[in-house]
Formats: sequence, structure tokens, C-alpha cells
Amino acid sequence: MTTITLTKRAAQFAVIALAAASVTACASRPKPDTLPPAPPAPPPATQPSTPPPPVGQGALPGTIQDFVINVGDRVYFDFDSYSVRSDAAPVLEAQAAWLNRYPSVMIRLEGNADERGTREYNLALGARRANAVRDFLVSRGVSSSRITTVSYGKERPIDPGTSEDAYQRNRNAHTAITSGAR
Amino acid sequence: MRLRTLFVALTAALMSAGALTSPARAQIEVDVNRGDIQPLPVAVPGFRGERGAEIAQVITSNLERSGLFRPIDPAAFIERDLDIRYQPRFADWKTINAQGLVNGEVTVDATGRLTVNFRLWDVFAEQQLLGMQFTSTSENWRRVAHKISDAVYERLTGEKGYFDTRVVFVAESGGRIDRIKRLAIMDQDGANPSYLTDGSYIVMTPRFSSTSQEITYMALRPEGSSIYLFNLETGRRESLGSFNGMVFAPRFSHDGGKVAFSVERGGNTDVHVMDLRSRSSSRLTSDPSIDTSPSFSPDGSQITFNSDRGGSPQLYVMNADGSGARRISFGSGRYMTPVWSPTGEFIAFTKQAGGQFHIGVMRPDGSGERLLTTSYLDEGPTWAPNGRVLMFSRETPGGAARLWTVDVTGRIVRPAPYPQSGSDPAWSPLLN
Repeated sequence: MTTITLTKRAAQFAVIALAAASVTACASRPKPDTLPPAPPAPPPATQPSTPPPPVGQGALPGTIQDFVINVGDRVYFDFDSYSVRSDAAPVLEAQAAWLNRYPSVMIRLEGNADERGTREYNLALGARRANAVRDFLVSRGVSSSRITTVSYGKERPIDPGTSEDAYQRNRNAHTAITSGAR
Repeated sequence: MRLRTLFVALTAALMSAGALTSPARAQIEVDVNRGDIQPLPVAVPGFRGERGAEIAQVITSNLERSGLFRPIDPAAFIERDLDIRYQPRFADWKTINAQGLVNGEVTVDATGRLTVNFRLWDVFAEQQLLGMQFTSTSENWRRVAHKISDAVYERLTGEKGYFDTRVVFVAESGGRIDRIKRLAIMDQDGANPSYLTDGSYIVMTPRFSSTSQEITYMALRPEGSSIYLFNLETGRRESLGSFNGMVFAPRFSHDGGKVAFSVERGGNTDVHVMDLRSRSSSRLTSDPSIDTSPSFSPDGSQITFNSDRGGSPQLYVMNADGSGARRISFGSGRYMTPVWSPTGEFIAFTKQAGGQFHIGVMRPDGSGERLLTTSYLDEGPTWAPNGRVLMFSRETPGGAARLWTVDVTGRIVRPAPYPQSGSDPAWSPLLN
């Protein structure tokens, strides 16, 4: 597993290096006769090579990953309810704080329902959930002009199961960042 | 479009050979209102001529699927190769207890014109009940078979048939969390399925006009929802416009002149109506609850809808101008998707109670509630144009949605003849 990860990183590095080289090439096109100095030949591979030290993972502040991992992009609801639960409020507080820190971020609130209802009623129910989250965020200082809402009703479950746990997971509002993240 | 070629000329004249049809009621008849009915044994031998066997097979399947008829296995037939010009040998058909007999003959002329003559016989009365001729293009033979099925059904039940119809629905594919939904249409017997959208966005709740080959449906994209009109004959598709909020649950009035639908703004969902000629729309409900799934009464004077204004989703009826809303569902459980029957007699609905879902019917005043089906998830009934059969979608736990039918007595519950996953069916009116 580790080897595969490292190989992937190496490949990404290679792509970035190539891109940089081509930019340089473009910029230096007016002077085709003065070739840039040839890069030094790579050192011969020593076998076995020491793997580079592990790279610490962490989302950069202000990125979508930062929001999803460090804040949380989904809150959950009770059956046929759109009240913000006590376990959802801290998540939404954190969402509001994060959104206030990064004011260029635009979001779409997506309301979802479990499959234990009809398609049309659940569209309306999902819309209530999206709007409950919207109202919460606006009450914490997030401008309503940064927010759009949509309801997927029961069309976009995140858990394919049919247990009460699965239904619970599918009764949610998802905060999707549509633009403005780093 | 295929429909342009689908005009079937119907010459309802009785043919000269054979006994005249008696104006009196047939001795054999099927009472569609009895819940404990025994299906009527009928024989439909292959018609003479090109496509004759297939036409008889389509008729046989239609009659069998209705649950009101029991087609007899052709292997039991004694008289073979019946000639439409002569009376059948009734004794041969009595022997196998065929009470009804349908025989016919197909001819195709040099231009490809198809002519089908058929007769319906009351075997035990030794009497012709029906003699008709249909003509069409030869590729249109299935529709001729459906029209014959409708004629036989009507003669024996006293009610209009529903076989020469189509069903628009949502064809589903993919997994449960990445389901692809495409608008699709097929004949009511599952033949000629085709897709109307490409699956790049979610479609839901298509509804047929009861006066034309036109549908309305909802499309859902991350940017929001739209409702469309789609004329199946011309292919013309148009959005009903922007409503400053989620728009969904469209349904035509029975005269085709209006569409009722829901608009959600700020989390509150209300019922609106649009006049299709002027394109002006108005809001009919203003309660801070969910008001959705509107359905007009056949005379257009009332609308039944779904609301949770009383604390849980229940069925309501209001005047078409939005006044006088009153609750009609009072049983235990949650009631949704009310749909007025074409005859005005019933309102069909989805009911959720005790962990199960049901398709049911009640009278428009809320009396006479009957549950017709029970399963893990039954949803979204649509009426056949004669008001005798409902189609709906059914899901098993973790399984794919399938189309099912149930008759209005609840006795005949069976999968619709569409072998793949589908939901949100909507039945067309009888074709012309």
C-alpha cells in the first residue's frame, strides 16, 4: 500500500515538473538560439534506495477538504422532521464560522429524505431541511446571497441499506461548496 | 413520430354473415364490481392470415392480464382453422367450456393495408355478440389487437377497455445511491418501450394529459427543478417557466387546460395552478405546511391534495380556486399522493402505516376507504382510463422499483409486463 501511494505521488510530481518546463519553454521562445543550460544528468540510481520520509496529510485551510474533514458537511434529522437537532447545531455553528472566515465561498444546501415516504412529499420535506440549515447559517451571520437550496427528496441516498440506521443517514442536509474555496 | 402512423380506422358496422347482435344483454357477462369473481373462460384461436397468430396472442394476453378472463389453452381446442364467414361449431367450444369465443381473419392488400375482421361469440347462447372490422397499416397490427381487446372487454363487461393505451414512466438503472432515471414510454402491455430523456439528470412524476398525447413531468438538477410539457406527437418540449423556488408535482386538469403543481419557497410548499393558454399562474394554498400532489376532479371543480397542516401528511379536498379545503382521510397512518379517478368515483392514494405501504381508494368525501395492496414500499397510483385498474411502483427492501397493477377491487394484483426497473407510472387515455 505504501509503495503504491508513493509511486502515485512521484507521478504527480513528474506531471507538475513537466508543466513547469513547458511554461519555461514558451516564455523563452523568442530566443531560440540560446539554449538554456542542459540540466545535470540525474544521479545514477542506487539500489536499494531509501524511501523518502512519509508525507503528513492534512487539508489546507479554506479548501473543500478542510470543510468536509474538519468542519463536517452533513447534518442529520429525525423522521419527518426538519428541526435542527442538538447534535447538528455544533456542526452548523462550525460551518457558519468557517463560512464567515472564507467569505468568497458559495454553498448549495441539499435536503435529503429517506425512502419511507412518497417522492413528492419527500421533495417538500427535503426542502424544509435545506431551508432549516439555511436559516441557521444566516442567523449566524452567513449572507443569504451566498446560499442556494435544493431538495433531492429521496433520490440521493448516501446509504443503500434498508435498516433504521440507513434511513437515519439518508435524512440529512448536505452543505455543498459550489465555488470560492481555495 | 411513430404516432402519426397510428390512426386506426374503425368501421364499427356489423358484418353481414352470422346472426345479428341482439340488443339485449349478453348471457355471458363479467361483473367488474364483484370482488370474488370467477374469471370468464374464453377461447381466442389464432386468426387466419398474416400476423393472425400474433394478434390472437396479444388479445389473449390482454384479456388474461385483466384478471376478468381465463383464456383456454389452445391445445384444448377441438375445432381448428375457423372460418370467419361461418358460425363456429358451438358444441366443440361448449365441450371445453369456452363461454366466449373470439375468432378473426387478417388480410393485407397490395399497398400493405391491414384489415382484420373478427367476431365475438356467446358459445352457450350460440349467438354473435360482436362483429367488427379494423383497418390500419400492417406494422400497426399490435394496436389493432389492442382495439379488438378493448371491444371484447367492453362488450362483456359493459365498461370501456384500456388496452389501446400507453404508459409513461421513469426507467431506473444503476445502484441505489447513483440511480439513473430516464423518462420512458411503452404500450400498456410492455411492448415498444423507448426512452424520452438521456439520464443525465433526474426525472420524476410524469403525468399524462387525459385528452391528448401530451405529458408533464419534473426534471431535477443541482441548480434546481423545472416542470415541462412534452407533446409526444410533435416532440415539442417546453418548460413551464421559472417560479423562484423548487417546482414539482405537476398534473393536468382533466380537460387538459391547466396544470396544478407545487412550488417551494423558503421551505414552504404550496399548490399553484397554471392556465396553459394564458400561462398565468396563481397560488391556491397559503398554509405554512407542505401542500403538494394536487389532482383535479374530472369536472375540474375540485382539487385533492396532500398536506401535513394537521401534523402528518393527510388527504384534503378544496375547491379549484383554493377555497374550502377540508380533510378527507381520517384512518391511522400517513396518506399521500391522492389521485382522482377518471370516473370521479374514487380517490386513489398511497398510505404508510405500521411500517408498510399501501395503495388504496376512498370516495371523494373520505368514506369507503379500502386498501388494495400491501408491501414494503408501494407508491404513486395512476388510473387506467376506464377507472378499473391502477398501476403503481413497488420496491422490495433494497431492491429495484418495479411497475405493478391492481384492479379497483384489490383482487387482481400482479407485476406489469415490463421486465426492468421502473417507477412513477402514468397511464395514457385511450388512443384514437
